[in-house]
Amino acid sequence: MYTAADLRKGLKITIDNEPYIITHFDFAKPGKGQALYRTKMKNMITGSTLDRTYRSGETFEPASLEDRVMQYLYKEDDHYCFMDNSTFEQIHISEDAMGDAKNYLIDNLQVDVLLFREKAIGVDVPNFVNLRVVQTDPWVKGDTSGSDSKPATVETGYVLRVPPFIEEGELITIDTRTGEYSTRVKG
Amino acid sequence: MSGSWPLARRSQALAQRGAIFTRIRMFFQEKGYLEVETPFRIPAPAPETQIDAIPSDGWFMQTSPELCMKRLLAAGYPRIFQICRCWRDGERGSRHLSEFTMLEWYRAQADYRVLMDETEELVRAAAGGSGITYRGVQIDLSPPWERITVRDAFLRYAGTIAESALSGGTFDELMVEKVEPMLGMGRPTFIYDYPASCSALARLKSEDPSVAERFELYMGGLEIANAFSELIDPVEQRARFEAEAAERLRQGKPAYPMPEKFLDALSGMPEAAGIALGLDRLVMVLLDAESIDDVVAFTTEEL
Repeated sequence: MYTAADLRKGLKITIDNEPYIITHFDFAKPGKGQALYRTKMKNMITGSTLDRTYRSGETFEPASLEDRVMQYLYKEDDHYCFMDNSTFEQIHISEDAMGDAKNYLIDNLQVDVLLFREKAIGVDVPNFVNLRVVQTDPWVKGDTSGSDSKPATVETGYVLRVPPFIEEGELITIDTRTGEYSTRVKG
Repeated sequence: MSGSWPLARRSQALAQRGAIFTRIRMFFQEKGYLEVETPFRIPAPAPETQIDAIPSDGWFMQTSPELCMKRLLAAGYPRIFQICRCWRDGERGSRHLSEFTMLEWYRAQADYRVLMDETEELVRAAAGGSGITYRGVQIDLSPPWERITVRDAFLRYAGTIAESALSGGTFDELMVEKVEPMLGMGRPTFIYDYPASCSALARLKSEDPSVAERFELYMGGLEIANAFSELIDPVEQRARFEAEAAERLRQGKPAYPMPEKFLDALSGMPEAAGIALGLDRLVMVLLDAESIDDVVAFTTEEL
């Protein structure tokens, strides 16, 4: 159990049976008044944010979260299927809980699955993934539009801006933290 | 060298802090104030409900030099000031340090209105200029500064009256979330006439005893100073301390011994007003610092 005095940025607590991570924290105390603990937090399942102010003496249940390394198998309807490499147990994660991670899922990709009370609530993919470009318009020599990027679709269906020299069939590296093109994979 | 980097990074802030302290001392010297030093470690702090002292070998680290300075007033020192460290248990945040620097000054034959004027002069002298910018907000220091009662501030910014906020237990939350962020924007604000129950050591207003002659100074939403016309009635002061002590017990907080020598001295104390100004906070505003950590040589965590 945490008390209000334990609150700090990054702490994960359970509120109304859902896990929240504290994104901003500060201590406030009006002159001669009581200590107040001001927080902003993010629901780790829905991503919605919450501003709450607590008084000293209030208590919080920690959000017990577990990370497990799993391998992506396939997508079925609006669920994604993953397998625990050590137990071979398979789990399904809804599209909503996947967030942006779904843009980078290729067969057999190793990810960190985040579990809250044995329910998968999110997926962490590696910071950089390599994906093949399946569609992009050719670069016309002498293009005078002045554009230094063009749209490209990669094998997961994700669309991003790439430099004009990238061609269909090429492998590119994407920074999953920003969703942006990083480099061309040579060879 | 890596361990010294956070300390070295503050060299400019610490140089400016030192210059501000020098200007403050010159200000008081010119006004005929005597600089005094009273002990940091005391047998009994004022028993205020929301201020917790750090115990020290059976005694306590002072939460303010208030009680000792008032004993000097009672002993016949008419104008005194002190720059000293104070300790408050459990207070740490971007605007709070558990060990911080207080400027307190006391003036006989004065009330809180005299201190409002003197605080204007002091802060202008400390700033060494007519205006500052704090967190993107211009603050004009030329007098007169804004003066608003707690009652009007709650009506204007919190949409309720202070009395109902107090009885509903939401006074502090509304103060922090609705009122404070609006105070001292554009120019500094004195918010005054606090509800009597928020003022353990202040004199009640004779024409309206539901409020106390207490004010706070805000600059850019930041609380800088707290002042009042001193309560000099030892019987009433004892009753108030007993009420605060009972409330501390009710909240499960440690009890403090009654400061008997202070209560004894009170009967000889002249009419007076006193003010406590958070110097780290004032330096924050004058230097446009985001955190109190940026304007001190060491934070607790760095020791």
